[in-house]
Amino acid sequence: MTALLTVKNLRVTYPTRTGVSEAVRGVSFSLGRERLGIVGESGSGKSQTGRAIMGLTARNAIVETDMLKFGDIDLMRIPARQRRIMRGKSIAMILQDPKYSLNPVMTIGRQIVETLRTHERIGNREARQRTLSMLEAVQIRDPERVFTLYPHEVSGGMGQRAMIAMMLVCSPELLIADEPTSALDVTVQLEVLKILDKLVGERGMGLIFISHDLRLVSSFCDRVLVMYAGKMVEELPSANLKNATHPYTKGLLNCLPQIGVHRHPLPVLDRQPEWAA
Amino acid sequence: MTGILVVSEMVVEFDGFVALDRVSIDVLEGESFGIVGESGSGKSTLLRAVAGLNHFDAGGLMVDGQAYSSKRRQRRFYRDVQMVFQDPYASLHPRQTVDALLREPLIIHGLDNKEERIARALDEVGLGIGFRFRYSHQLSGGQRQRIAIARALITEPKILLLDEPTSALDASIQAEILNLLEQARARHNLTFVMVSHDLGIVNHMCDRLVVMKDGRIVELLTSRALETREFSADYTHRLFVASEGFSSGRTAPPAPEAS
Repeated sequence: MTALLTVKNLRVTYPTRTGVSEAVRGVSFSLGRERLGIVGESGSGKSQTGRAIMGLTARNAIVETDMLKFGDIDLMRIPARQRRIMRGKSIAMILQDPKYSLNPVMTIGRQIVETLRTHERIGNREARQRTLSMLEAVQIRDPERVFTLYPHEVSGGMGQRAMIAMMLVCSPELLIADEPTSALDVTVQLEVLKILDKLVGERGMGLIFISHDLRLVSSFCDRVLVMYAGKMVEELPSANLKNATHPYTKGLLNCLPQIGVHRHPLPVLDRQPEWAA
Repeated sequence: MTGILVVSEMVVEFDGFVALDRVSIDVLEGESFGIVGESGSGKSTLLRAVAGLNHFDAGGLMVDGQAYSSKRRQRRFYRDVQMVFQDPYASLHPRQTVDALLREPLIIHGLDNKEERIARALDEVGLGIGFRFRYSHQLSGGQRQRIAIARALITEPKILLLDEPTSALDASIQAEILNLLEQARARHNLTFVMVSHDLGIVNHMCDRLVVMKDGRIVELLTSRALETREFSADYTHRLFVASEGFSSGRTAPPAPEAS
């Protein structure tokens, strides 16, 4: 069986006035129908990796790769039109903050119907039906009402559920979730993650979960990829997180305050220049 | 026994919406006091009402034995009570240098030896004098939060109000800022009131905490009780479960390891 996604030596560079800025420097991995977590701090290139796979990198950036394949399709070679058709249909992406990533002047229902009708030839009535059942699947209690609401009329947790509904309504094979819960309250976070967990499991899709929260990712994903300064520094199964070898991964795990563990001062990361080499 | 900061039966309304509903806290001198809750629970409103950034409609506020009303307060109050905000990208003036940012509170409060104080404040937050003529956009998030802390400490306050001081920062930077705050508290015998949604941080930083929901205090706990799970409110329990991370039953979350 071929992998769902194969990435080999992905590089994303931004030309700037003072030379090139390398956001992603040689990331390689392959993904089956599993959950892969990508963890790193801001500026580590984790979001840029996700965006490059989606084909959503800013226009002035240079994306280079030895191989970027979705199944048997070479994503770097297909025309933009075909890529556009795949986006949302085969590969979907959940963004961080529903406040900024939903269209503010369109009702939630219409946005989801739009996604459906862009990718499938179905009638209005059927699209509406599927949207409502999708909203129900993300545990929105009153889908008929939420269908008619604008994004500003719902809470953050509700907005993110609507976003998940929109991304899953076309049953993509690969879902990229870029910090899907970091804008939400801790208690709401868990609810949203449970929904995501259930739907991803039921539909058997591949998931790339991008987050800065190593502990959260390790409890949610099968495998974790740790990035630092645009590079992969470590890849390991979530269960073996304790056996991490790279000092950055260890430092990240160690520096979080935990209930019942008293360490004053907290251990901090002692960044070594060779990590970024 | 009354503390250095006493809030009694405070009510804050915004156009009929009750954001704070008869909230009382009593913070002892030198203590680190935590406020936990989700967004909309009123935790930031409470902090802002104490700082004088929000009005309050009823109830009392007493700082260091002195009662204050919702309206104008003496200048001394603003010197004794300082605040550090959540987002260091939004809380520093983008067109002022670090020097100007730190100088302003000194001018307002008429403090002498300005040069020396600015140098000392920068040194204390671990940045050094080299940062003095930079703009905030030239700094990283952690460095900006250090500047915000320096700005708060420069008036030699007694109480520091911290509104989610690390939630906009990376986990690795968070540890550095929390350590810095603890150092400053020990050195100046400061009283902290810290708002956070992260029970781990509050447990690490604070002696006592209140849990807030829908503008009310649900529960008052000691940090110790949090560790031994001696809390009664259902909502506290939910927060506690959430802080332990995601668990689908598919994979058990890694047990916290002691070190």
